[in-house]
Parts: sequence; structure tokens; C-alpha cells
Amino acid sequence: MADNDRVIMHEKELNKVKTTSKVGGIAGKVLTYTFLVIMALIILFPFYWMIISSLKTLDEYRMSIPTFWPRIVMFSNYAEAFTVGKLGRLFVNTVLVGLVSTILSLVITVISAFAFARLEFKGKNILFAGLLATMMIPGELFTITNYGTVTSLGWKNTYTVLIVPFLVSVFYIYLLRQNFLQIPNELYLAAKVDGTSDIKYLWKVMIPLALPTLISITILKMTGAWNSYIWPRLVANDGVHSLITNGLRNAFTETTGDVNYPVQMAAVALVSAPLFIVFIFLRKYIMKGVSRSGIKG
Amino acid sequence: MVSSKNNWKAWLYLAPAIVLLLVFTVWPIINTVRMAFLNDYSGLEEVGGAVFNFGIGNFIKVVQYQRFLDCLKTTSILCIATVPISTVLALLIAVALNSIKVLQKFLQTVFFLPYVTNSIAIGMVFAAMFNIVGSFLGTENELIATAGIINNIIEFFGGTHVNWINVGSTYWANIFVMVVYIVWNALPFKILILLGGLQSINKQYYDAAKVDGTSKGRILRKITVPLLSPMLAYVVITGFIGGFKEYTSIIGIFGETMGPADASGRLNTMVGFIYDALASNKQGRASAAALILFGIILVVTLINLQVSKKKVHY
Repeated sequence: MADNDRVIMHEKELNKVKTTSKVGGIAGKVLTYTFLVIMALIILFPFYWMIISSLKTLDEYRMSIPTFWPRIVMFSNYAEAFTVGKLGRLFVNTVLVGLVSTILSLVITVISAFAFARLEFKGKNILFAGLLATMMIPGELFTITNYGTVTSLGWKNTYTVLIVPFLVSVFYIYLLRQNFLQIPNELYLAAKVDGTSDIKYLWKVMIPLALPTLISITILKMTGAWNSYIWPRLVANDGVHSLITNGLRNAFTETTGDVNYPVQMAAVALVSAPLFIVFIFLRKYIMKGVSRSGIKG
Repeated sequence: MVSSKNNWKAWLYLAPAIVLLLVFTVWPIINTVRMAFLNDYSGLEEVGGAVFNFGIGNFIKVVQYQRFLDCLKTTSILCIATVPISTVLALLIAVALNSIKVLQKFLQTVFFLPYVTNSIAIGMVFAAMFNIVGSFLGTENELIATAGIINNIIEFFGGTHVNWINVGSTYWANIFVMVVYIVWNALPFKILILLGGLQSINKQYYDAAKVDGTSKGRILRKITVPLLSPMLAYVVITGFIGGFKEYTSIIGIFGETMGPADASGRLNTMVGFIYDALASNKQGRASAAALILFGIILVVTLINLQVSKKKVHY
């Protein structure tokens, strides 16, 4: 009798312990999800506010009690933003500069990384270490002299000035070299025996194997052109060669006070859209590239 | 035999990179040091035939310059405020993300979104959210049309609206807005790195802790943070480096005035100071400031590395 009771009591206690830990687990989950959802809403709010503001009429935007969905949807704000900001020209400029600098930069990066990964030459390690050391120096330090250099070269207000100074990125060379080093050297030697040229070997073997890295570099380079602001403002401020970020800032100089915010937000949305579209399609490459680089743009 | 054959070929392949680096990276380093140590150096005057004395005059001038000290102060405040806040928030979000299964990928993508933005463009959105349309001079007939969504939210919870960025706003209100924006912008990168680190931690540690009945807070402090310390050190160091180079996010919110209309330049930073000096053709002063910035970044990084050497658990 007593034994039986004790067993039942014991089971009861066990169940109690189990349920409390389960309740604790559920409470923990609820808490975790609540925290994450609140943080996600805070993160998303500026995007939401940008989009609904861009669709409101000016009068609706200025109402002292805000509306969280536009009463009259004003798609015309986008057309107005496009013309006021002269965004067409800026889009073309930015895409042109982005594409050309990406292609040239990829070529230089690939052949340099190939030399560092596959070829033996005197001073290779010293040169590579020297290159890596330059990565520590903040870019502002270069800009002061580069501004003078491009001025004396007569490059101001050309596309060249937006492309050439940033073609070589030590970081990209480093990244790709690491990737190339993982490809067994035997493949290269076998190709040499077969009489394959370096270029053909690069094209047929190394580039396909290193494609994810090359895609990451392409994305970082393109977003770099899209987001660059300081250098173009210094050297290409004639309005003809301006890039998108400068154009946006110059067309909408007022940030505070009584501004036509719906149109301004429409312009911001137009400028942000391409980045989001690229992100949706290439999310994996972007997140991988960023986690390795830590460099914005 | 192969190597001697490769020698010229390697240099040929490296030629474009080396030429460009010599012109746009190596020469600027040498030239910046040169200009920094020539008193009152100006590129324009040098073309005109002026000769400059060697000395540390530029550094002395920069350090004594009130504007520079203000820039240094603003930059340091932004750094010291944003790095810890964003790191702790990113750690909490990453730990939370790592502990869930449903919606993990979706939320991860959401938290990455601020990274895929243009800091000038989204700065303009933040400005709109904090901006008051109408007047803030307080007289009866000058009405506020909209106090901005942030003030609306504050009022909804029973607070009074704050003049964040308009004419007459205080320095600390401006700083608050900048901290919010910079933290928002800095989170995605930190979450990505920390989550990557968390996912590579061996599950056995957690199983052992579970068997011992260790509390969640203790697990976080005694297992997660130590094992995550290399990544934490990395995000703190890159956070400080980025923080000392803060510039475009301020232009995003305040425009090129770098402050509210009645206090332009109030939020100027170290990088802004360098560009201002460059724009007024004072390359000597700009170079000295750039070298000081480099020195600060170097010292902060070395301190961080020193601290992490003691604390980081590899």
C-alpha cells in the first residue's frame, strides 16, 4: 500500500517537473518570437514608412494624425520624383560606371590572383604582404592625393575618374587567391603538359570553380557604384557625370522643415529598388560575400 | 626551371594591378606624409611656386583647432554609443534567431535588409520620420502640421514631442537620432557574423549544460559568449573602425550642412573635417588630420586586440 502510494506520488512529481519545464520552454519560445518579431518590425518600419509616404498626397502626409495607409494612392509622385530628380540620366550613369568598373576590376583581380596563387617568382611573398598592409589604411588618406592626381591628369568630370582609381582592390585579390589556392595544383600542371595556355586554363578550370567568389565581388562592386557618394561629389560634380546618390542628395537638399516628402520618399524608393531586386535574386551570394568582407559597398 | 620561366609572366599578369596601386595607393601614402609635415602646405600655392618648411605645424594647428576638437568629440560620442548598443542588440537577436527553427530563414533575411540600402537614401527616410513639419517657435498662431511619425508614437504613449532635428534642436537630440540610425544600419552585418559564429558552435556544450540544468542566462554568459568571442572581437573592431569613419550617414539625415539649419557643421566628423580642409585647398591640414585619424584607428584596434588577447577564447 505505502509503496504503491509512494510510486504514484513519485510519478506525479515527475509529471509536475516535466510540465513545468515544458511550460518554461513554451514561455521561452513565446518570449523569443515576441522579441524577434518586435525587432523585425522596428527594422522594417522605415521601409514601410518610405513606401506609404511616397504614395500619399502632400496634404495627407502633413496631417497631424498620421494615416498608416494612403487614402488616395498617388503613383504620380513617382513620375514627379523621376523628373524632378532627373533620375533617368543618373541611373544610366551609375549602371555604366558600375558595369565597366566591375568588368575591368574582375579581369585585373583574376589575373593578379592567378599570379599570386599559381606562379612562382622572386619577391612574391613580400609583395603580397605589402599589398595586405595597405588594407589597414583608411581610404580618406588616399583621397587627398588622388584628388590632386586626377585633377592634374585632367580627368575631372569624366567617367574615367569614377572608374580607374578604384579598379584594384587588394581585398578582392586576396579573396580570390585564397579560393584559387584550394584548387589542386596538379590540375594546372596537367594542363601545362597538355599544352593548354594559362588563359584557357583560367577560363575553363579556375573561373568556373571560383564562380561564387566572382559573383560576390561583382555584387559588392555594383553596390559600391550605387552607393558611392564622397568621391563622385569631389571629382564629378558637373551634373553630367553625377552618380545616383549624389543626384538624389542634390535634387532634394532639404531634409528638415516643410519639404514635399511624398515626392522625396518616392525618389528614395526608386533609388533603393534596384538594390532590393538584386538582393531578392542573389541573397545567398550577397550574404556570403558580406560575411567574408565586412565592407559596405 | 619552371620558376625562371614564370618570373616575367607573373610580373606581366601583375602589371595592371601594380601600376594602378603605385599611382592610387602607394604614392598617396608617401605624399600624404610629405604634405602633413610641410607647414601650411597647399597644393594650389605649391603650383604657384611657394616653398614650405618642414615641421609639425599642421599637426599642432589641427589639434588646437576648435572645429577639429568638435569633430573628434562628435565622432567619439557616436562611436562609444553605437558600438556597444549595436553589438549587444545583434548578439541578442543572433542568439534568439539561432534558437528557433520556424521562420528562421525569413527573419534572418528581414534582419539583413538594412544592409542592402543606400545610407544617404535611407537617411532621408529617417529624417522624414523625425522631422516636424511646421514651426517650432511655440507662438500660438504658428501651428505644427505634423510632428513626424516618431513624435506621433511618443505622444501616443503619453509623452510630449521632441524637436529632434529641426531648427532649435539640441545637440543631444541630434546625436540621439544619429545613434538610432547608425545602430539600425550596423545591425545586419553584426547579426550575420554572430549568427554564423553561433551556428558553428558544437552542440555538445549545450547538451552538457542542459544535463547539468544550467540556466539560460548562465549558458549565454559561460558558453555562448566565450565561444563566440572571436566573432565578437571582430564586430567590435570593425564597428570602431567604421564608427571613426562616420560621415555619409550624417549627410543622409542632415544634408551637407551636417547639422540643423541654425547650427550647420555641428555634427561634423573627423572624415568631414578632412574633406572640408581638402575643399579649401589646405592639403597639409587635411593630411595631418587623416594621419591623426589613422593613428586613432590604429590605437583603438590595437587596444581591442590586446583586450581580446586576454578575453578571447579560441
